[in-house]
Amino acid sequence: MAETEFEPRIIAFLCNWCTYTGADLAGTSRIQYPPNIRVIRLMCSGALDPVYVSKALLEGADGVLIGGCHPGDCHYQTGNYKARRRVAILKSILKQLGFDEDRVWLRWISASEGRLFADTVTEMVAALKAKGPNPLKGAWDI
Amino acid sequence: MMHSVLKTDGAPSGTIHALLRRLLEEGVVDALLVPLRVASGDNTVQTLVRDAHRLAALDVFAPVMPVTTARLVSAITMTGIKERVGVVMRDCEIRAVVELVKLQQAKADNLLIIGVDCPGTYEVPDYADLMRSGLDAAGELLAQAAAGSPQPHAGKAFRTACQMCEKFTPSHGDLRIHLFGDDPKERIHVEAADELAEKLRLEAGPPAQAREKVVAEMTRQRAETRDRLFASFRERVKDIQGLQAYLSTCIRCHNCMVNCPICYCKECIFRTPIFDHESEKYQQWAARKGAVRLPTDTLLFHITRLNHMVTSCVGCGMCDSACPSHLPIATMFRAVGQEVQALFGYVPGRSLDEPPPVATFREDELEGIQ
Repeated sequence: MAETEFEPRIIAFLCNWCTYTGADLAGTSRIQYPPNIRVIRLMCSGALDPVYVSKALLEGADGVLIGGCHPGDCHYQTGNYKARRRVAILKSILKQLGFDEDRVWLRWISASEGRLFADTVTEMVAALKAKGPNPLKGAWDI
Repeated sequence: MMHSVLKTDGAPSGTIHALLRRLLEEGVVDALLVPLRVASGDNTVQTLVRDAHRLAALDVFAPVMPVTTARLVSAITMTGIKERVGVVMRDCEIRAVVELVKLQQAKADNLLIIGVDCPGTYEVPDYADLMRSGLDAAGELLAQAAAGSPQPHAGKAFRTACQMCEKFTPSHGDLRIHLFGDDPKERIHVEAADELAEKLRLEAGPPAQAREKVVAEMTRQRAETRDRLFASFRERVKDIQGLQAYLSTCIRCHNCMVNCPICYCKECIFRTPIFDHESEKYQQWAARKGAVRLPTDTLLFHITRLNHMVTSCVGCGMCDSACPSHLPIATMFRAVGQEVQALFGYVPGRSLDEPPPVATFREDELEGIQ
């Protein structure tokens, strides 16, 4: 019997106006992409507190995808710029504390970019398969 | 700013106490927030004074910091005051006030900031020990001010945050009291805003000649200690196991958060219903992982606190002092903060005009993050 291949689990925080709608478009357009993603819809990428990204990683998620509108296109004008700063801070902190900060991806995907959404998930799954499972999976003493 | 030299005639504390008393008596301020020695003599605490008679217990150079004055400034100015308040602070406290004003947690309009050179502070129990033994803890350090790099009393150490503090002279303030570079037993140098100098009828005088050199050497020594502590933090926290070991004795009391001048949220996320879980959840977690440490989310607490406030961390070290497990939290915050703050070229407490990094953005930045 073949050994089961590692299937990464990705938690995705997607903004309601762009990336979530882009994911919807990928679906209605019947574009195929790997089913490794668990989507949480937010009103804005700028509304994402880093606590939730950290929590996902500490609980063993193999990757976290944060999706927002392209710069200049935020439904709330500037939320994605603020998200970008928060993610930059988070990644610097994760790196300095010994985490693999490349498990966190921030991507701008618009409502019309269903193909880009599918490609991004496909690319992220491949990158995480190359990395292997999150070493914190199953850690009891965190 | 006007420079002035005050003759002290062997009584440096008395000279400054007299100056502060004049601020209140002559109506320059309506109140003073200053350190007063408690009746038992073994602690000195920040006190809001309206009646000049209460200034008998003034102890402005006491090398102890039971709380950071920045939190008190927030409390007494947050909803606005009509009175003008003079506040004696060390530079870490002043820098924290600058951050709190920008975070809209304090108002500086009616403050008269009195900054004091800081030789370093003892942990409260160490300070109490020294005072009970009959030592003049402040005087011992003042006696070493002229040459700089005052050493703590034999057998005691300054707080770790002070040992690595390279910003120990007042960077802001309407009145700045300089100790380093001249003998406080003979003279204390002060800088005062022109208007204040006039009100206090201060005479212009030359700055202490040796000051620049003495402060530069102290800064060099402190920065060396800082770099050594940062290197040891980075050596210990090379991976997640290292981080777990660094924080292994955390008892999740939240004292570091409670005592942090920057952690201002009235309701911290870790004390909200977000972390009130259904009882059954604990069984599910234990089942999924085989076991789960309780209380949960120790690493999450520290990582989140870093995310929320490390851009504004001024390195006062109150987190260290508050930790019952003596965890080197301040070293972690300063080391991590160094890199995070550098991302935005931000120096906490430097200027009221620079918005905190999390409150602003630029359109053309951080292209590589996406």
